[in-house]
Amino acid sequence: MLDRFDPKLDGAFDAVDREALLRRLRRILPAERLIASTEGMRPYESDGLAAYRSLPAAVALPADAGEVAAVLKVCRDLGAPVVARGAGTGLSGGALPFPGSVLLALGKLNRILSIDPDARTARVQPGVRNLAISEAVKPYGLFYAPDPSSQLACSIGGNVAENAGGVHCLKYGLTVHNVLKLHAVTLEGERLTIGSEGPDAPGFDLIALMTGSEGLLAVVTEITVRLLPIPSDVQAMLAAFPDAGCAAQAVADIIAAGITPAGLEMMDALALKAAESYAHAGYPPDADAILICECDGAAGDAEAELADVAEVCRAAGATLIRHAKDQAERARLWAGRKAAFPAMGRLAPDYYCIDGTIPRRRLPEVLAAIAAMSREHGLAVANVFHAGDGNLHPLILYDAQADGQLARAEELGGAILELCVEVGGTITGEHGVGREKINQMCVQFTPAELETFAAIKAAFDPAGLLNPGKAVPTLARCAEFGAMHVHHGETAFPDLPRF
Amino acid sequence: MVAAASTPPPPGGAGEGGGGTLGPRGSLPGEGPRAHVQPPTPNPSPQGGGESDLTESLADQVRQAAESGTPLRIVGGDTKAFYGRRVEGEPLRMAGHAGVISYDPSELVVTARAGTLLSDVEARLAEGGQRLAFEPPGFGAGSTLGGVVAAGLAGPRRPFAGAVRDSVLGATILDGRGRVLRFGGQVFKNVAGFDLFRPQAGALGSLGAILDVSLRVAPAPRREIALAFETPSDTARRRLAELMRRPTPLSGAFHDGARLHLRLSGGEAGVVALAAELGGEEDPMAFWDVVRAYRHAAFAGEAPLWRLSLPQTAPIPAVGGVAAWDWAGAQVWMWSDAPAAAIWEAASRVGGHATLFRGAADGAEVFQPLPPAMLALHQRLKEALDPAGILNPGRMYGAL
Repeated sequence: MLDRFDPKLDGAFDAVDREALLRRLRRILPAERLIASTEGMRPYESDGLAAYRSLPAAVALPADAGEVAAVLKVCRDLGAPVVARGAGTGLSGGALPFPGSVLLALGKLNRILSIDPDARTARVQPGVRNLAISEAVKPYGLFYAPDPSSQLACSIGGNVAENAGGVHCLKYGLTVHNVLKLHAVTLEGERLTIGSEGPDAPGFDLIALMTGSEGLLAVVTEITVRLLPIPSDVQAMLAAFPDAGCAAQAVADIIAAGITPAGLEMMDALALKAAESYAHAGYPPDADAILICECDGAAGDAEAELADVAEVCRAAGATLIRHAKDQAERARLWAGRKAAFPAMGRLAPDYYCIDGTIPRRRLPEVLAAIAAMSREHGLAVANVFHAGDGNLHPLILYDAQADGQLARAEELGGAILELCVEVGGTITGEHGVGREKINQMCVQFTPAELETFAAIKAAFDPAGLLNPGKAVPTLARCAEFGAMHVHHGETAFPDLPRF
Repeated sequence: MVAAASTPPPPGGAGEGGGGTLGPRGSLPGEGPRAHVQPPTPNPSPQGGGESDLTESLADQVRQAAESGTPLRIVGGDTKAFYGRRVEGEPLRMAGHAGVISYDPSELVVTARAGTLLSDVEARLAEGGQRLAFEPPGFGAGSTLGGVVAAGLAGPRRPFAGAVRDSVLGATILDGRGRVLRFGGQVFKNVAGFDLFRPQAGALGSLGAILDVSLRVAPAPRREIALAFETPSDTARRRLAELMRRPTPLSGAFHDGARLHLRLSGGEAGVVALAAELGGEEDPMAFWDVVRAYRHAAFAGEAPLWRLSLPQTAPIPAVGGVAAWDWAGAQVWMWSDAPAAAIWEAASRVGGHATLFRGAADGAEVFQPLPPAMLALHQRLKEALDPAGILNPGRMYGAL
């Protein structure tokens, strides 16, 4: 299990005198914001990837940037690793505590500092919830675009760390496209201002480098986000297909037709049946796959675009097209999609959510291959995903109580990710590498590329104390994992059937 | 174009009598759009359509340069040598490393080698009914895709469709040891590994020599309308900020000193409705090719030309004569003989920064200086990718 860190493979640190560490931290933080008891730290032992658990040396809850810098200074002085944590909704174990580390929980930095409706920006602290931003700026007719499915709970700081996506990325971009400026503190104690409120900043584009860096480079203490005007019209429809391959083809055809839907989601038979019985969204239970497509724009344009989508779907073999006739019906279409994850609870005690991205044109064959691997591993897989941007979320159903099932689920998940790399995609579209996919990084990148990542980390964090054992594997780990590096879909024996 | 820091981009063309018709200090262009419009020159090129993979020989050259400590000047079409600082070094010629590697309209992605002509890439995309969202300026027929990305300069669509970096999905680079490294990929959503592909945009080769790049492309809009208004600068900036608080199909907002030019792109209904609401007079669509190519009359002149990048709603600092502004007011072109330090200081006071776009003395800094901790971080990042400091040393900053 990957929640066991190995000093040989993940980086070795000199043992820290825990009492000395706590003494120093107590000088910075009041008792209620410094947790050191095992019971008190339990809620922090894992993030959204609950299968992995590990306890830190202490949980620190700073309330402002000054306290963040002070905690980091203590960790630097004593050589203690630091793991930053937002709301703990991440699905890749990125906030899994490293043994002996200080878990830096940023939830107390939860204020929206200012909103500028004319410049269409908001300045917020990292602990602000994603949805809270959109709610706060709604009176101005604005919204914050990236909307990961955890948006009710997840924090904007965590979104920056993971470069979070969501349902509307295809049209409105990822977190990296919607963040203008960051304040960050490095472990060396430097306070950096990155980016600007203008269109660009002098020097390198460090906003891009910081976004998605999974807490390995610096700790973000303030974020200025770009806001967008709420679209004047939003229209949605459902298309049902007798065959998942046809649905996948329709996705490619929609994009090729010059349409950029605001959302384009696909659910396979297993997922849509479960969602339907859970949420009663009105999905046709006998379909092999459905697409949910949303178009927005000026009055008239959204409707015209959706009519074109319907035409493309019909040509691709859709047997049922249903336009949501009002906003209530549109909400119901989405309620089913959003219920897909909780609905899995009715099919199996546990599920494991995978997050690879593939080129859209490979969708039909990859779905077929996943079905074959699912049979081979004896574990059911439901597919619910952001089809428009080729971002797969296969849900592997298993029972953690049943002997060997978790290990088999992990193995199947790893195999699916390696398949994504083989067809020219990536091991993670929006959940991050974290701890979960650390071994698959050895498949996606060459040793020289991994060395470069390590050098970039050292440029920010020479002692390597920020979130060790995550996101970028050591070469020792890759050697141990015995990964076959596949690059650009080229493997040593491309003609051998692999699935 | 040779590497002379003072060489201006191609002037407005014969229709405008070259660059000499305008005073150097913010003289305004003549009335009416006609005077400024110079259709883009078709650029058939002897290098056009070339396809070859020079990865091996380029990597060899970098490896040898790293060993001997020879600085390399990365050159594509050599059309943007005026931008940034002059590099003294052996040329690393990317132009021959050319060809579109893959393009499938249903993927919304094009992958091409760095030396591929911008015009070739755009022609391929046009066949698929698509285009580059960031509308890059080309400064001549030889403009290459690698140079476009490395310079990071975007056209009038920037505030509405994103910067160069927003379209970059992946890049293969040669690092300063001559190693071939690939970051990102060809898919839109990809968060594996640190993002070392988007930062290539605008890094001017400081973080590697781009071998090939994958760009997200955008479908061409169904309808476009260009409009012009007799609106003074301040009023125009205020009205734009107001307008942009609601969803609009705006795709260009440029002020030439006297007139506000707007371009609307998108669905038929939205474009027609907004055009009817705004009024104004119709502008030729070709006007936007001129703005995009920096061939507008406002750019002609001999005084130092500054690019100010500002928050859209910030006041324009009074440190020179405003030639024109683009990007709905966020990119201001200014003639100024004021000391660079005064301009940098004024831009930074309103939350922006300034670049001496052309007219710098040899060896002078042209980009807004970085605070010491930030410069030190830049140096460490450069060292991570280019330990011998041989890739375009000093192109961005003297100390980088």
